[in-house]
Amino acid sequence: MKYLSLIFANLRRKKLRTVLTVLSIIVAFLLFGYLSAIKTAFVAGVDVAGADRLITRNKVSLINLVPLAHKNDIATIDGVDLVTHQSWFGGIYQQPSNFFAQFVVEPEPFLDLYPEYVLSDGEKAAWLGNRTGVIVGRSLADRFGWSVGDRVPLLSPIWSQEDGSRDWAFDISAIYEGAEDGVDTSQMFIRYDYFDEARRGGQGMVGWYTLRIADPDRAAEIAQEIDRTFANSPDETKTEPEGAFIQGFANQVGDIGFIIGAIVSAVFFTILLVAGNTMAYTVRERTNELAVLKAIGFTDTGVLGLVLGESLVITAIGGGIGLVLAWLLVAAGDPTNGALPVFFIPTQDLLLGIVLIFALAFVVGILPARSAQRLEVADALRR
Amino acid sequence: MSELHSDEELAGAQPDGTRAPGASTLVDVRGVDKVFKRGSEEVHVLGGLDLKIPDGEFLALMGPSGSGKSTLLNLIGGLDRPTQGSVTIGGQRIDSMSDRKLAAWRARHVGLVFQFYNLMPVLNARKNVELPLLLTKLSASERKKRATIALEIVGLSHRLGHYPRQLSGGEQQRVGIARAIVTDPTLLLCDEPTGDLDRKAGGEILDLLHALNTEQGKTIIMVTHDQLAADRASRTLHLDKGRLVDEAQP
Repeated sequence: MKYLSLIFANLRRKKLRTVLTVLSIIVAFLLFGYLSAIKTAFVAGVDVAGADRLITRNKVSLINLVPLAHKNDIATIDGVDLVTHQSWFGGIYQQPSNFFAQFVVEPEPFLDLYPEYVLSDGEKAAWLGNRTGVIVGRSLADRFGWSVGDRVPLLSPIWSQEDGSRDWAFDISAIYEGAEDGVDTSQMFIRYDYFDEARRGGQGMVGWYTLRIADPDRAAEIAQEIDRTFANSPDETKTEPEGAFIQGFANQVGDIGFIIGAIVSAVFFTILLVAGNTMAYTVRERTNELAVLKAIGFTDTGVLGLVLGESLVITAIGGGIGLVLAWLLVAAGDPTNGALPVFFIPTQDLLLGIVLIFALAFVVGILPARSAQRLEVADALRR
Repeated sequence: MSELHSDEELAGAQPDGTRAPGASTLVDVRGVDKVFKRGSEEVHVLGGLDLKIPDGEFLALMGPSGSGKSTLLNLIGGLDRPTQGSVTIGGQRIDSMSDRKLAAWRARHVGLVFQFYNLMPVLNARKNVELPLLLTKLSASERKKRATIALEIVGLSHRLGHYPRQLSGGEQQRVGIARAIVTDPTLLLCDEPTGDLDRKAGGEILDLLHALNTEQGKTIIMVTHDQLAADRASRTLHLDKGRLVDEAQP
């Protein structure tokens, strides 16, 4: 601690340079924190996906439907505990920019499969008692100011009703909560029985199957067995873990993790050069002072520690402020007004940010610090 | 044994230049060579140098540029190592110490005064003087107290909070001296301490060094080009081409 005043005094030597360096580090860590929240929003489902859940979809693509008849065949396969299906509804509420996800599901097996969507018994009964009923997540309800009993009109570009109308209306039976951070509460779930009766065309076809298996260690074996069952049929399937399925869903807009990783890496590389340059200059212009410190008794290791300490203080101030700003911005809410319902900086990313602060301090400071450590006192004093 | 002085002669040196029977040898330089390598070329700066300096002496080292004065000072201060020979200070062979031990030894036993003061521009006078005390286990308040006392000794108690840029050359050198004595070292090594000062300020610095020698018994070795400065020392040695050539006493 007693060396801190010396470290801070050195940082005040060129105030503008220090401030600019700290600002650049703030920007880097602000971006890191904010982009990690965006990445989380895109892959949130992957993290909470059940290890015991598999998805069976049409082998051709996600938008191709699969026959309802597959359900019984899947249910008989050894190791499959429970099977249900879901379909993409794709309705528009008022205007396309109000996008949110709507899925058609079988209520009871669906809620059984997804305990992370929390409903009370009363709420569950209310949904089961109303064929036009839907459940919506808390963040979705908050986004549009909905409450239980509200009627929600949706225009579906995909599904029309028997009379040819594409206008649908649903009653909100309940609002579900997420059981943990990362559970998507921005969705609407529609009852399949009502949907299937009301739609024109497509009867007997569903989007995909979700199944629970008794032993997650047998997931690969069971997936192969399911796909083998429907091989060479008109509707071949592809079965994969739910996490991979959701990841594939998110990847339809690009590999978000890779894109964000690339941006953050580029930013940090730039900051590495900026801060590294600053530290190199800081040491080079103080050769004589460092030699004096050694002359009066500071050890080589002590001088190395002082330079690394300066590097750490700069990155800790910049990185700390950057992470706090990112946290405040993320806490202020989803910038898309609801399209990214799961929007927070995960704890492990905050911890990674702190590790990055230390790593950046080390990488930026080690070369100048080693140079200071190796400084020959007598030589340096003669310069 | 010195090339120019017998042990018996040196053993009796007094701070004021006279000899006192029984004074011990503080600095013992024996058969020291120092060779610098400049590319493939070897430059012999000191050759076979022997020197003994008694405790409490104020010694001036003179000689032309490149004669090896500063190199000898660096060897005695443990800032550099001889290519050959030994340097013993207060009974300790410092030339064979590890870097870490040598740094600790310097912190404890040596005070350095430089021609261009070499103060930290970002620290005020008191903080500059406190620097060597950071290496001790003293509390912050004790460090502050000792730095203040050192600055009082050099007559700068009214300039504690001033930064080097706010001080005159003479005042900066006083701060440098305060930094050198704050740890109460055995040995003060001064490399042209008046070289960057006008005659008046230089005279004040020499008065201060003389007082530290006579009143506090500090052993001082001062490199200088200035004969008037050397005249304030109790003994003057001349170096030329890395060898001691002459001795003068006031």
